Amino acid sequence: MFFQDMTFELFMQHLTNGISLGSLYALIAIGYTMVYGILRLINFAHGEIFMMSLYFAFYGVAMFAMPWYVAFIVTIILTCLMGMLVERAAYKTLRDSPRITVMVSAIGASFFLQNLAVVLFGGRPKAFPTVGLFTDVLKIGTVSLQRLTLMIPIATMVFLWGLLYLVNKTKTGMAMRAVSKDHETARLMGVDVNRTITITFAVGSILAALGGIMWGMKFPQIQPTMGVMPGLKAFIAAVLGGIGNIHGAVIGGFLLGIGEILLVAFLPELTGYRDAFAFIMLIAILLLKPTGIMGEKISEKV
Amino acid sequence: MTLLLKTDGITMKFGGLTAVKDLNLEINQGEIVALIGPNGAGKTTAFNMITGVYKPTEGKIHFSKKDITGLKPHLITKHGMARTFQNIRLFKELSVMDNVLIANHLHLKASYLESILHLPRYRQQKNASVKKSEFLLERLGLSQFKDEKASSLPYGLQRRLEIARALATDPKLLLLDEPAAGMNPKETDDLTHFIKEIRDEFQLTILLIEHHMSVVMGISDRIYVLDHGITIAVGNPQSIQNDQKVIEAYLGVSEDA
Amino acid sequence: MKRRNLALSIIAIALLLLFLIFADSSLDSYQKRILNLCAIYVILGLSMNLINGFTGLFSLGHAGFMAVGAYTTALLTMSPAIKEQTFYLEPIVAPLANLNMPFLPALLMAGILSAFVAFIIGAPVLRLKGDYLAIATLGFSEIIRIIFTNTQSITNGSLGLKSIPPHTNLWWSFGGAALTVIFMVFLIKSSYGKAFKAIREDEIAAESMGIGLFKHKMLSFVTGAFIAGVGGGLLGSLLGAINPNMFRFVLTFNVLLVIVLGGMGSITGTVISAFVVTSGLEYLRFLDETIDLGFIEIPGVAGLRMVVFALLLMMVVVFFRNGLMGTNEFSWDKLISFLKRKFPFKKEVGH
Repeated sequence: MFFQDMTFELFMQHLTNGISLGSLYALIAIGYTMVYGILRLINFAHGEIFMMSLYFAFYGVAMFAMPWYVAFIVTIILTCLMGMLVERAAYKTLRDSPRITVMVSAIGASFFLQNLAVVLFGGRPKAFPTVGLFTDVLKIGTVSLQRLTLMIPIATMVFLWGLLYLVNKTKTGMAMRAVSKDHETARLMGVDVNRTITITFAVGSILAALGGIMWGMKFPQIQPTMGVMPGLKAFIAAVLGGIGNIHGAVIGGFLLGIGEILLVAFLPELTGYRDAFAFIMLIAILLLKPTGIMGEKISEKV
Repeated sequence: MTLLLKTDGITMKFGGLTAVKDLNLEINQGEIVALIGPNGAGKTTAFNMITGVYKPTEGKIHFSKKDITGLKPHLITKHGMARTFQNIRLFKELSVMDNVLIANHLHLKASYLESILHLPRYRQQKNASVKKSEFLLERLGLSQFKDEKASSLPYGLQRRLEIARALATDPKLLLLDEPAAGMNPKETDDLTHFIKEIRDEFQLTILLIEHHMSVVMGISDRIYVLDHGITIAVGNPQSIQNDQKVIEAYLGVSEDA
Repeated sequence: MKRRNLALSIIAIALLLLFLIFADSSLDSYQKRILNLCAIYVILGLSMNLINGFTGLFSLGHAGFMAVGAYTTALLTMSPAIKEQTFYLEPIVAPLANLNMPFLPALLMAGILSAFVAFIIGAPVLRLKGDYLAIATLGFSEIIRIIFTNTQSITNGSLGLKSIPPHTNLWWSFGGAALTVIFMVFLIKSSYGKAFKAIREDEIAAESMGIGLFKHKMLSFVTGAFIAGVGGGLLGSLLGAINPNMFRFVLTFNVLLVIVLGGMGSITGTVISAFVVTSGLEYLRFLDETIDLGFIEIPGVAGLRMVVFALLLMMVVVFFRNGLMGTNEFSWDKLISFLKRKFPFKKEVGH
């Protein structure tokens, strides 16, 4: 059957690829999940924020000839600022509006950024600069991998540890958790709700930028529409894990990344349906357990 | 006297919290029964179980001799039960008339296509619903507002409109969730009469949740008292007024105090 | 009063017919194409407004329904010879190869098939609410597109279909738009239309009033998909060529733009806004293209058009939350009383 060509080496290669893709989904998914947790809305523009980060990095290294570490830091700062700007323009003005209105605005913001990228950077794909330190090929036994493939999951774990520290151990994190429970109560307890929301967007965008930089090195072709699919898939990962839950987003990201790679590896005739896999997972989870793997039930008060 | 509604030990648990425990209601045709108790006693949860918004964790609900446990709310309404809501839930952006007309929709026999094409069978039924709705609005003193947006009505009239809307479904049993909330003594007094009147006029049986004791004592045939989800007393207004447990529940006197 | 309104309506319809006769004979093909597009967007906008605006279901699957409609119409109207030419990579499956029918039944089939797809999709997703519904319908729309890209022997895969018979003309598109408007007015006025609005206003109250949520949501969803399928069929025939990439989320976004701008829950708003948005998108094409003023060339910037439109959408959402019409509808009485207020007659003013 289809296992006959599958050697152990090949399987390990696919698995590590799946894990690193899953890590990237997880990093982007955290942005969705944090914003959803705090505002109960899907930040449709998150995929575009991710896309923008790739262009920032590209221009930093390729155009302004910055050393990669400087370029990456600048990228993170710019992406973070952009995330906060999007929050200001598309969400803050609509804080008390019906959800459908906010969602339309979010979709508008997403299209705005996508087309702005076409205007600013052109529609044609560009090649993301390679950084030898990350992209060189590594041989472990008979398995050959880019260094990056191993670095991505490790880096993700480090970022995740930092995030969990921020959310669980700091005052800002406490404010975030309070706001996600109830805006009004948080306000009464002296939490600056607007500031907390802005910080949430900033943190989500920083993670998107980190994911973006690593994505660019792993799949070095960037174009303005590239944020759509990873964005949607990361969102699906967030739903899969239970939206609003950071651990859930990570689990969902890994499930999706590994599942997708292994599907194509084992059933190559389904390669064309690779993108459909995520959507089928989404619909399956929504039907079986709409609150996701780690989610809690939210019921409406009558 | 025929039994209209009977709940057999219905219990509602939310996670670890038991909101209502082992509730046994028995309501006869034509009665006005009140469900009272301090805030958080589980009264609205009981309503939500009876009307199908929640499915009881345990127990059975029988309504005119049929088992309706776990049925969807719209099917229960079709069986002849209608309700109002504690925090008024009108169709805010729609006209007063439309609010009542919508409650006639469940009786519509014409098919979807017949209705869109306004074929004779649909027109006939529609005219009947319009007439009925106009009568209900007239009866409840809302005719002059029939083309206004529901949300533009003053609070008291919104409560009335909710009752008109519930009546349009032709219920046998009407459940009123705090109909006197936010009313002054005069309005409360009027409401007491009004509830009796509609009971007689539309041959209703009424189950109500209410905090205003003047209403409860003035119209109830029987009263159930809940505290922390547990039924602590059942009886006529007089016996409830003198019941030690009820007084304690309301005054907040606990046994170890 | 009623007679006056009837007379006014007849005059308006006569004027529209005269305009169409004029347009059909004297406008150039580019202008006609824009008018056709406007009318088709009326159909698409109304179909989405039924689901999103009137029933309050946030569905983002419209591109999928349009794809089903466009492909059905195209495959049913293309002649066997053209189909053989088009499917050069892999021949078309047998029953489809020789199937050929006139435009009208093909459009109806498009509607029916699209409605059927909506029925299949609706069974699971209409149990979801709000954002979850939005993302699930978006997901299904993408799945449809991916399937169409991969079923080479049915849809010709990513190559798409070319030489689709150009049946769509002003009569078809405006006829379709007029029929859709009338259908929608009748539907919304009916008891079912009111039930849809009740669901939009308050699901829990609607259910307590005896309205079965699932059944009514499904009715609205399937009806909307039917109309969207027909609209997609008209669109495909107008464009002459379709491929799966046309039916990305952008297409849904364009229709969403129409209904948000016009007012969610207003038929009048959708009609006006379909014309404004479609002709606006065409008019703003100059932003993307190089303008030659004879002495100087202003280079166009690709994508600027959509930037402007996305900004416009956000501004509408932020500053004019209810769009052009909110949930209001046009009526002669309102128009006349509005005109009277704006231009009072002398005898009423003078004293």
